[in-house]
Amino acid sequence: MRPRTRRRLITALLRLVAVTIILAFSVGPVLYGLLLSFRPLSTIVNEPLNLIPKPSEIDWSSYALAMGDEKAGGFGLTRFMVNSFVVSFATVAAVLLVSILGAYAATRLAFRGRSAVNVLFLSIYLFPGIVLAVPLFVMMSRIGLTGTLPGLVLIYVAQTVPVAIYMLRNYFGAISESIEEAAMVDGCGRMGLIRRIVLPLALPGIAATALYIFMIAWNEYLFALLFLVAQRDRWTVALGIARLTEATVPAPVLLAGSITITIPVLLAFFLAQKLLVSGLTAGAEKG
Amino acid sequence: MTQSQTSPVRSATGRREPSRRPRGALRRQEDLQGKLLVAPTVLVVSAAFFLPLLAVVVFAFTRVRLIDIPRLTFDRLRWTTDNFATMWASPTFLPALRTTVVYAVGTTLTSLAIGTAIALVLRRPFFGRGLVRALVLIPYVLPVVAATTIWKVMLNPQYGIVNAFGTKVLGWESPLAFLTTTSVSVGGVDVPVALPTVILFEAWKTAPLVFLFVTARLQVIPDELEEAAQIDGAGPVRILRHIVLPQLTGVLALLLLLRFIWSFQSFNDVYLLTEGAGGTEVLAVRVYSELITRANIGTASATGLMMTAVLLVFLGAYFLLLRKRGEVG
Repeated sequence: MRPRTRRRLITALLRLVAVTIILAFSVGPVLYGLLLSFRPLSTIVNEPLNLIPKPSEIDWSSYALAMGDEKAGGFGLTRFMVNSFVVSFATVAAVLLVSILGAYAATRLAFRGRSAVNVLFLSIYLFPGIVLAVPLFVMMSRIGLTGTLPGLVLIYVAQTVPVAIYMLRNYFGAISESIEEAAMVDGCGRMGLIRRIVLPLALPGIAATALYIFMIAWNEYLFALLFLVAQRDRWTVALGIARLTEATVPAPVLLAGSITITIPVLLAFFLAQKLLVSGLTAGAEKG
Repeated sequence: MTQSQTSPVRSATGRREPSRRPRGALRRQEDLQGKLLVAPTVLVVSAAFFLPLLAVVVFAFTRVRLIDIPRLTFDRLRWTTDNFATMWASPTFLPALRTTVVYAVGTTLTSLAIGTAIALVLRRPFFGRGLVRALVLIPYVLPVVAATTIWKVMLNPQYGIVNAFGTKVLGWESPLAFLTTTSVSVGGVDVPVALPTVILFEAWKTAPLVFLFVTARLQVIPDELEEAAQIDGAGPVRILRHIVLPQLTGVLALLLLLRFIWSFQSFNDVYLLTEGAGGTEVLAVRVYSELITRANIGTASATGLMMTAVLLVFLGAYFLLLRKRGEVG
């Protein structure tokens, strides 16, 4: 073998080993959870190292049990999911309404205090959520909004508007200003400009932002715990699964629940992967 | 919210050149429109940021407990500095501060190392790279509750795969409760267990973000640099050390601060895995337990303020770095 071919072969082999390790590390735990969710608890306890179920052993009952209504002996995941969908969609709608206007102004319009507004959003974004959670919990309890889904939506909107603005600004900034100037010359007003030019052109970016906000609201745990822990019928998916983990729920049911609540966010993420990644890492390519 | 870990960095696109700034009436109109459009955002943000910020400072200096909430009005506040005295006097406060620093530094360095390594391995095209790149992102996208549930099963002493492998294959004497054991003695040396476990968990969950950032930066390194070094006879290790890694220092410095700021305030991961047991009580978990378990709004706020004070130093450093990169005005 010539040295050059040999070096290539060694490189390819090393890469194969490295990629296998990376995949085992990244996806291994998730795959483990997925496989175990199809096995009855007794098999898991008796043969903890035997992971691959035979086709005849595949057992969907954990999913039925997790999704089923409490009255029918299930664990109520279907209702948690409905709650989470309601909360997440309401959050996304409100956040987009507010942040599209704000992000447009912060990208395009020269108004006094613009840079202060920009620094403010960044600070809020990095500020410890747990510290704000204390007064927010007290204030919301004082006006009687804890224990309600609208109260939770209000918090989620306020917490995600800065993120939405950061992402939207990247997408808005990519639109050519000359198109907007041409429209202005043709007599288009500011709101017409946003509706007729900016929205259609930035639609993919807006969709990616919407999906990202959806993921944040769907995954959120701390405020759901603070606000809703006593209201079992209003639990969101994150709170529901966490509470069931505390109780003596069999492991396969917990895993089936975890896999089920993961599906919507995985779908959302991979639908918009390219746009999300560019929105998330904007600025990273600078030295 | 830990999930909201996008890059708060933005490119300078869309910033007006000073020469194109409109004059006179048009400028006044734009000023007004800008303020009007940004008003809803500022309103929402103020209600959810400035008001609570003010409240947390007030609460930190008052004697106020959860049962006082229904009768809470401004003129009934009883001012005191007892909350800080109580906080300092507690024998578990300084250990919690120490644990938080260890946790933040540990997760930051581990996730940076793992994320950078993954980015370097996946740098050159190969068959199936697109799929591998997508799969690598899964831990980051996974809901934190689903991730902790899976890890808890994996580490379970009765039926978890880690302990089964340890006892049956590696010959451990007994299974190890990873999430509640502070440390085990190995050959007379106490080795911490629970804290490194939660550190590994957060590193696992956040390494994909580092991978994304580093990959974005790797893509813009000009090929000529490495080709020239190769012609000069440099091997892959030297190219990595002297050409590639120096190009990454900027983005790694940014990630270092960003990851530190976020792990320092991390609540979900630790609380869901251990609830602070086994020497993993970080300040964020302590704020929660002061508020909910001890029902003391005052000490919870004082602990939170203390945490914020430490973080402000790093926030300042982060802003300086962004300004240097020309990304914030």
